[in-house]
Amino acid sequence: MKAPEAIQEIQPPDNTKGPRAWVKDNLFNTWYNALLTCVAFVFLFFVLKGFLTWTFTEAEWKVIPANLQLFAIGSYTRDQVWRIWTVLYILGVLIGLSAGLWGGLVYRFALALSGIWLIFALLPFELATRGWFLGAIATIALPFFIGRGRTGLRRWILAGWLLSFPVIMVVLRGFGENGVLTSNWGGLLLTLILAVVGIVVSFPLGVFLALCRQSDLPAIRWVSTTYIETVRGVPLITILFMGNVLIPIFMPGLDINQVLRMMFAITFFSGAYMAENVRGGLQAIPRGQIEAAQAVGLNYVKTTRFIVLPQALRSVIPTIVGQFIALFKDTSLVSIIGLIDLLGVAKSVIANPDWLGLQAEVYLFAAVIYFVFCYSMSYGSQEIEANLGVGLHQNL
Amino acid sequence: MAEHENAPNDPIIMCEDVHKWFDDFHVLKGITTSFQKGERAVICGPSGSGKSTFIRTLNRLEEHQRGTIIIDGIELSDDLHNINLIRQEVGMVFQQFNLFPHLTNLENITLGPIRVRKLTKSEAEEIALSLLERVDIADQAYKYPAEISGGQQQRVAIARALAMEPKIMLFDEPTSALDPEMISEVLDVMRELAHSGMTMLVVTHEMGFAREVADRVMFFDEGVVVEEATPADFFDNPQHERTKLFISQTLQH
Ligand SMILES: Nc1ncnc2c1ncn2[C@@H]1O[C@H](COP(=O)(O)OP(=O)(O)OP(=O)(O)O)[C@@H](O)[C@H]1O
Ligand SMILES: [Mg+2]
Repeated sequence: MKAPEAIQEIQPPDNTKGPRAWVKDNLFNTWYNALLTCVAFVFLFFVLKGFLTWTFTEAEWKVIPANLQLFAIGSYTRDQVWRIWTVLYILGVLIGLSAGLWGGLVYRFALALSGIWLIFALLPFELATRGWFLGAIATIALPFFIGRGRTGLRRWILAGWLLSFPVIMVVLRGFGENGVLTSNWGGLLLTLILAVVGIVVSFPLGVFLALCRQSDLPAIRWVSTTYIETVRGVPLITILFMGNVLIPIFMPGLDINQVLRMMFAITFFSGAYMAENVRGGLQAIPRGQIEAAQAVGLNYVKTTRFIVLPQALRSVIPTIVGQFIALFKDTSLVSIIGLIDLLGVAKSVIANPDWLGLQAEVYLFAAVIYFVFCYSMSYGSQEIEANLGVGLHQNL
Repeated sequence: MAEHENAPNDPIIMCEDVHKWFDDFHVLKGITTSFQKGERAVICGPSGSGKSTFIRTLNRLEEHQRGTIIIDGIELSDDLHNINLIRQEVGMVFQQFNLFPHLTNLENITLGPIRVRKLTKSEAEEIALSLLERVDIADQAYKYPAEISGGQQQRVAIARALAMEPKIMLFDEPTSALDPEMISEVLDVMRELAHSGMTMLVVTHEMGFAREVADRVMFFDEGVVVEEATPADFFDNPQHERTKLFISQTLQH
């Protein structure tokens, strides 16, 4: 008989295969898969060939650099552009500090942003513009080194982020005639403002509505349900139109500009969907979790804050981020009431007789910009999921 | 709100004619009983007889609709303040453990002390680590519940309840969801707790545990206490037919 120590440590079998074997197993494993593979390759070849030929020989890309400023900021008053740089610098400082304090994903984001600024600084813009971009890198880098490791500063930075929203709005707008009227806000700037405000406000609104919808008090439940169902029953375009027309009627005297109206409309719309997404997460929390929290003496607020929401939100990160992405793209609908966002700029460039017939180039460029932002959100969400171990600690 | 001065010999739990309905289904049909400080009671009875419902009314996870429950001099009513006071004095251990899966074992235990008892993080962690020591799994402190065995999870759950320094511990079938080889490690912890003088109400089918540890065995059937006696009397000399039937069925297994 073998002694127990004779049992050998066995390595797990090595199942990795060479590329050749992979191709054989996955693309040519049966005659119909082989056929499909061939057809797909032929199709891809022609599509790619056509696309690349167009991109490098036929497309007239000069329309993009010629209108770059228009794409970026629309008809924002040109001699007030320093306001936008100021905002970028404020954000840069916050991002740099956060990257130093939290590291991880924020750090990588700061790095990517600095990289983008560096590329811009190397492009043949005016010298002043390139200087501004270099400065933007500095506003990220310096605070990063200041903030690194000082975890005690975290709550101040969070407060700083919260405070930055009104500050940024004021900086962008300025005061009275000397500032920049919101009707001149445009391009990517407008798209980003609408999207960020929509996301940042509709998220807590959605959580709040979802909690209300689960309330034990019928009145609260009813109000919340009515709100959610009403908003979800109406197309976003309708809500944008109604927001544009109704807000001035409901609040006469208050001069609420169109950008603000659109912020309200988008937020209210998105909040209802957010609420339903969050509710999905709330419902997945087993009753026993809440009972266990109550049994150790946590009241409703603390149970919600420490037990229910962390688990509920964690499990719906993918759907919530999907909602953010949808919201980002939906901001393009504001052009129907005359605001000129990124897509609006694209349309106006095409309509310009100087650039007749360049729809493909302009729309492709706009699409790439949308894609970069939406894909970043998607990537961020996957990273957060991985970091939080969604699914790993979920099932008991 | 009745807040009585607590005389030394007053029972720590007093139930007077407690009734409970789920819609129009009468689950508890007038439970009148009391428990002394340091008493260890085992509650048994057939499935659906209202055992869980009864102990859950004691920390207001279920609301009773008639009768009075007084815990350590505080009457259970709609008064949220009283409910929270009582929940801090009454620890509960569930059949399904109900640990918080997004928190480490240590954080599961420190949550209550930090958020309810307002201890600092380091004070709470000190308590939590010594409790984990006591239930013999100090080495699992920084793992997540999903990473440890059922028996270990249930011991974390016991530590979590103890961290609130409760005067009373309620156990609702703490070993029923466990594989047989893990039952004894949990019962060992409960035995140790019983010897430390904790007031304990335990719903369980572990008759060996009842015989060894309990001061009193209560037999529930269809929402009433059919019989209560010392373990010796209960097992060897049951008075009621239903009790006899139950004991003979249980001991067969
Ligand atoms: N939330 C509820 N709503 C409606 N009926 C319920 C609810 N909880 C329990 N019941 C019913 O009340 C009765 C008593 O339930 P309880 O859980 O107290 O029984 P038990 O004695 O603990 O049984 P078991 O040994 O199966 O745990 C059962 O018939 C059960 O179906
Ligand atoms: Mg039960």
